[in-house]
Amino acid sequence: MQTRRETLKHSAIVAGLLASTGLFPQFAMAAVDKAAFQAKSVADVLKALGAGAPVESKDVTVGGPDIAENGAVVPITASTTLAGVKQILVLVEKNPAALVALFNVTDSVEANFATRAKMGQSSDVYAVAVMADGKAFFAKKEVKVTLGGCGG
Amino acid sequence: MADPMRIRAQLAGDKANVRVLMAHEMESGQRKDSAGNLVPAWYINEVTSTLNGKVVLTAEWGPSVSKNPFLQFAIKGAKAGDKVGVSWKDTKGESRSDEATVS
Repeated sequence: MQTRRETLKHSAIVAGLLASTGLFPQFAMAAVDKAAFQAKSVADVLKALGAGAPVESKDVTVGGPDIAENGAVVPITASTTLAGVKQILVLVEKNPAALVALFNVTDSVEANFATRAKMGQSSDVYAVAVMADGKAFFAKKEVKVTLGGCGG
Repeated sequence: MADPMRIRAQLAGDKANVRVLMAHEMESGQRKDSAGNLVPAWYINEVTSTLNGKVVLTAEWGPSVSKNPFLQFAIKGAKAGDKVGVSWKDTKGESRSDEATVS
């Protein structure tokens, strides 16, 4: 007997697999992702994507400044050396919606991305690698935002 | 119509480092204008990259990616002269595609 929660979780995983193979209808895929982008916390994002509880890993790296003078443009890098990565996520914990960007990794690209994010306040920044089997590994780094500060 | 993207694809060994700068407001939907009205969200939510027409990367973005977004990634197995395409779509349904040659 499956609980409703388990059923939902499984269907989300299946949806993720289908989406990654491109067999899934576009509208349904958008629905899954919308939930992820509205989720408030790191755990909720992963739940919305059907990934398991994240484990901290040395094979995932997140880069960014220790102190960001301008919270509107914070350079962030996310990479992993793990094989079998399906998605790389960039998250800022204390933003109104934690998920910043989601990259669907294929065999043709390296699991190494750099982008710029907005940050409302000082927060932990996460890079999460979601594996093909639904396991999730993360790295985190604290970035301090000094909006309007003297830049020291 | 949105301004063109600036794309640079540089060969480094057997991979191409691709750097993209897009021109977009990326309104988060959290900001208020001078009259105190909420500025509606308007941001790029889909990015696709291709190598010689084959999709190599898809990404989904939220509103908290910076204004005029920057993206860097590396495509494996690229050769000089290959075409790297990048396209985006925003929440208003506008889109833009640009192409660069690996050098």
